[in-house]
Amino acid sequence: MSQWKNFAKGFVKENPVFVLLLGLCPALGVTSTAINGMAMGLATLFVLLMSNMVVSLIKNFIPEKVRIPSFIVVIATFVTVVDLVMAGYAPAVHEQLGLFIPLIVVNCIVLGRAEAFASRKSFMSSMIDGLGMGLGFTFALTLLGSVREILGSLSIFGFKFMEGDGILVFILPPGAFIALGYLIALMNKFKKA
Amino acid sequence: MAKKESTFINMVATLFIVTLVASTALAYVYELTKEPIEAAKLAKKLQAIDAVVPEYDNQPVAEMFKVAAGEGLDSLEFYPAKKGGEVIGTAVRSYTNTGYNGLVVLMVGVLPDGTIKDIQVVEHKETPGLGTKMESPKFKDQFKDIDPSQVVLKVKKDGGDIDAITAATISSRAFSEATQLAVDTYKKGGDK
Amino acid sequence: MDYIIIVVSAIFINNILLAQFLGVCPFLGVSNKLSTSFGMTGAVMFVMTLATIVTYLINHYILSPYNIGFLQTISYILVIASLVQMVEIILKKVSPALFQALGVYLPLITTNCAILGVAILVIQKEYNLIESVVFAVSNAIGFGLALVLFAGIREHMDLAEIPAGIRGVPAALIVAGLLSLAFMGFTGIV
Repeated sequence: MSQWKNFAKGFVKENPVFVLLLGLCPALGVTSTAINGMAMGLATLFVLLMSNMVVSLIKNFIPEKVRIPSFIVVIATFVTVVDLVMAGYAPAVHEQLGLFIPLIVVNCIVLGRAEAFASRKSFMSSMIDGLGMGLGFTFALTLLGSVREILGSLSIFGFKFMEGDGILVFILPPGAFIALGYLIALMNKFKKA
Repeated sequence: MAKKESTFINMVATLFIVTLVASTALAYVYELTKEPIEAAKLAKKLQAIDAVVPEYDNQPVAEMFKVAAGEGLDSLEFYPAKKGGEVIGTAVRSYTNTGYNGLVVLMVGVLPDGTIKDIQVVEHKETPGLGTKMESPKFKDQFKDIDPSQVVLKVKKDGGDIDAITAATISSRAFSEATQLAVDTYKKGGDK
Repeated sequence: MDYIIIVVSAIFINNILLAQFLGVCPFLGVSNKLSTSFGMTGAVMFVMTLATIVTYLINHYILSPYNIGFLQTISYILVIASLVQMVEIILKKVSPALFQALGVYLPLITTNCAILGVAILVIQKEYNLIESVVFAVSNAIGFGLALVLFAGIREHMDLAEIPAGIRGVPAALIVAGLLSLAFMGFTGIV
């Protein structure tokens, strides 16, 4: 597999949210606006990239049986770094994302990629895989956030393009499920075509 | 390179080293971000205070004092704003648990003569698009520059003077209640 | 704090699955059949309560006194992961019948964000130990309620004619949305 394919697969073919259905909790929980979705995506991207890189570097020093616990520690470390840095430098966003930042640690994508990809492949491939998957995740969350924000608050990235209230249900919890459901349906159609 | 074997010593040593490195790294990052986090928290508080009291030259957060609000309630935080040593307004951090989704926290600016200068919503979990309208000027400005002894701080449904937000009476009621609590508590001990 | 308020709000108003989106992965994964969703609920309740107690104690006797709250995430996830392993081993020895019923679901639970989520929430909400346990149990019940309701609906959906485009996961998500809408009717009752 060429590195380009390795990178690009995260967007459509193996998009973590739309196709693999991983990391749905943050995808549903924080996407009431496009900005929140993007911030969450970028935070996850950072954790994914860093943990993939570190895991592929240390994989040979870790005995087989304690592999998973060691990976979890590595991931949790980067999650905490993101948590602290965001609290200090982007407090508004940090407050919005709240609980979902520490929960990146149990996001199935991160451990899944470390275990399935980075613990077997080279440093370079792991890095590109992390970047591709992370960007795919960011793309999915931003898309979902934009759709919900456009329909729910008639604005995009905080920019109001029309007066009025929009369809409120889309910024409420039920709207998250419904919007994601239809996006996945669209994605399925797109894949087949 | 061959993988390490999973002997007991190997496993313990590996986990120990991994966690040690991880916690050392975290301790370092924690030290680095400690100041910005404190600064961000302070800035958030100051922003709410600045919005509800006249311009001041002291440090309201450092001079914060607490006043008991009454039976079964947490005491409220008072942030005095002073200019030239004289109190020109007080930001009262008031709250209520009767919001549609529980807690609503307000910063109420009270002038020395007892009038309300302005109110900021600090924290809430109300329904987006409905209860959140309590942050909009249309609702909030009903409380601006009023003398609480002349205006009944209740929604009209409850016999007061406040127009409730359409489809969000509970949020409006909670907002009025928290404001009333701030005013009452201010009377008790705001002029320190 | 009134325990009834904690129970009602955790089960109905702030339902962990439908309003807070914690534990959505197993929600979609094991909700095909009623029987599996009961098994999953049992496992979640068991681990969630245990994990909340243990993490609560860690927070109060280790993290807070030494002022190392920044190690919260890392220590909690390690505790939960090892707890799940331990429960698995003990159950196998002590109660093979229970292990048979819950065993398959246990490994899935480590990455169930509901567990870690609840453990962090009780610290944020500053509950005491008993309140935390009540909160954990009611959240598990809320999780179970949503899961069982959803599984019941999905069993019926197998018989319905659904347009090809949204068959499967999209339909499941839209149903979850409607269920979440129904649960929103509970807001404001406490």
